[in-house]
Amino acid sequence: MERFYTFVFISGIGCFAIAFVLSLVFPWMSLSSYRGMEFQTLEQLAATPSESFVELAQAHPQAFGEAYGQVSPQSYAEALRLGRDVYIGQACWHCHSQYVRPVSNEAERFGPVSTAQEYQNALNQPHLWGTRRVGPDLSREGGKRTNDWHIAHFINPKNVVPWSVMPPYPFFFDERGTPSKEGLALITYLQWLGTTQVAPEQGGVTP
Amino acid sequence: MNAALSAETLEQGSLVNYRLVKAHLAAAGVALLVSMLAGFLYSLQYLGFFPFGESRALAPGHWRLIHTSMAAYGWLVNGFTAMLYYVVPRLTGKKVWSDKVGNLIFVVWQLILLSTIVGFFYDKAQAIEWGETPTGFRPGSFELNYIPVDLLVVVGAVLVIAQFVVPMYKARDQKFYVTLWYFTSGLVWLALTYLMGNVMPEWILPGAAGAAVTGLFIHDLVGLYVTPMGWGLMYFFVPLILRKPIWSHSLSVIGFWALAFFYPLNGVHHFLISPIPDYVEFGAITTTIAIEVVVTTVVVNFFMTLRGKWSALRTSFAIRWFYAGAVMYFITCLQCAFQVTWMFQKIIHFTDWVVGHAHMIMFGTFTFWVFGVIDWVWPRIVRRNWYSQSLRAWHFWLFTLGIVIMFFDLMIAGLIAGFMQKGLNDWSDLVLASVPFWWVRTFAGGMLLTGALCALYNMWMTARAGDAYAEDKHLVAATAD
Repeated sequence: MERFYTFVFISGIGCFAIAFVLSLVFPWMSLSSYRGMEFQTLEQLAATPSESFVELAQAHPQAFGEAYGQVSPQSYAEALRLGRDVYIGQACWHCHSQYVRPVSNEAERFGPVSTAQEYQNALNQPHLWGTRRVGPDLSREGGKRTNDWHIAHFINPKNVVPWSVMPPYPFFFDERGTPSKEGLALITYLQWLGTTQVAPEQGGVTP
Repeated sequence: MNAALSAETLEQGSLVNYRLVKAHLAAAGVALLVSMLAGFLYSLQYLGFFPFGESRALAPGHWRLIHTSMAAYGWLVNGFTAMLYYVVPRLTGKKVWSDKVGNLIFVVWQLILLSTIVGFFYDKAQAIEWGETPTGFRPGSFELNYIPVDLLVVVGAVLVIAQFVVPMYKARDQKFYVTLWYFTSGLVWLALTYLMGNVMPEWILPGAAGAAVTGLFIHDLVGLYVTPMGWGLMYFFVPLILRKPIWSHSLSVIGFWALAFFYPLNGVHHFLISPIPDYVEFGAITTTIAIEVVVTTVVVNFFMTLRGKWSALRTSFAIRWFYAGAVMYFITCLQCAFQVTWMFQKIIHFTDWVVGHAHMIMFGTFTFWVFGVIDWVWPRIVRRNWYSQSLRAWHFWLFTLGIVIMFFDLMIAGLIAGFMQKGLNDWSDLVLASVPFWWVRTFAGGMLLTGALCALYNMWMTARAGDAYAEDKHLVAATAD
């Protein structure tokens, strides 16, 4: 028994395969059987540009025009995708989680509990759940604060939250506080978060 | 069963390419320093210091990425690869596949590390925890925007696997010693884990199903690569240095097979009380608690091996590193059996508790073990005795005290912040209550960094200016070192 092939095939491939089925294939199959689990592409998500995206276009017409042109589903999709890229690249997801649990009064603090359906889309591939909350959860962030609050906060978080330990991100804005293309994208992405949530009566299930 | 660990084993050292062992150890040392420095710089953010001002490339988030990636892919992978070069030919009696491939692996792997760091500076990280090495593609697409580092990792890993599986395959008619069980399976698991974790959530499985995979990936990378390599080294070096066999072969068998069976099933426990189906979570919780039984058998086996040779803890630095690491391994795994339950998860999941846990296992255990091996192997490779005994002692005690302080500090900070989250305290309360603990964490990190500097300086000076090494010393009185 204690020979080469045993440790390649039985423990190596065999045990891995068992785990692959039990903790990957099984949840995948279960999740696919839920109601309302149709995958949403970026185009579907961006079909209607958000209010805050329109407001950004109005508040910073020149910067917005140069970066995205007109408000349209295409430019909204572009901003969402770029905003998420920046969120990943700057490792925002290592200090902010994106799921609300049904315990520890999290629904009271952040908003409705997360369901599987709301992650079944192109902007959650890979998901950005995170494992640490140095700052608060962001999965219900969209629409909670104004665009201007986000601008002031990104330039230096201590401007609006004196005790904050979040790093400043002034490089997404010029000296007058006008967002760059990436700054606009990041705010658009944050204001989008939570808009895919599904109410339980519409097929959302609590975990 | 311990015939493999006789004096003959040592003489088979002529099969070993020491140049590659040395090169990988040197690279590992540099990566460790980079990783620890990055972690230290990152921790300053929590105290309100931003040493690089408003630089975008050097923003704190990037240091976080560099810290974990260099710890795993720089320090541990290089360190373990060096050890494989040292151990595998001795146990199989065969040379590794090819020295030229060895050179290639070394170059490719250091290129991977370098391009990973540069990629992080330019925001190219992949959104998979512990797998942040850039895919080179824009997230979720096939649009190339950087060097495809993940592909390079696959090439590197395949070469590493081939390099060591060839001697193992050539020795397929021999009865394998425990170390080789872990190494053979560990290399197979490494390939499967890396492919699964970096491909499936990125391109195939979105959302909650993808989260199950990334949980599995986070866990398997530690559980199915780092842990088997670590235990493989323990099974090789502890009997070798103590000059007595492992206490119980049966316990070795139980330890290995239970690890192989239970460990991969634990993955989902990284995202508990989440939209992943409950029954999958319960499966992961149950098997995680089962792991504690496995860990106990292995730890008992090693401590019974030490019985009658307790003085080795005093006389041999290597044994001291190994057993300090084993104690911390036991503590971490015991902690894990509790923290994996929903009762604990409610409080500690998003807090510093988990950060302390991760440091205890990756640093307190596996880094300790690699240093244990280095302590024993380094003088024998460079053919010189250790340059400074006091630096060796400083290294050990700074590391031990530093990691214990950090562990308990973060554990307490996690509990406080966790209960404050549950208690609906304002977020400012959580942050302000954590700040003193973050200061202690940075202080402990400073101790670890100082310890690492002692170690690396000592290694450097040993290679350059140590006394000539006496060949027969370890054969005559190994425990006295």
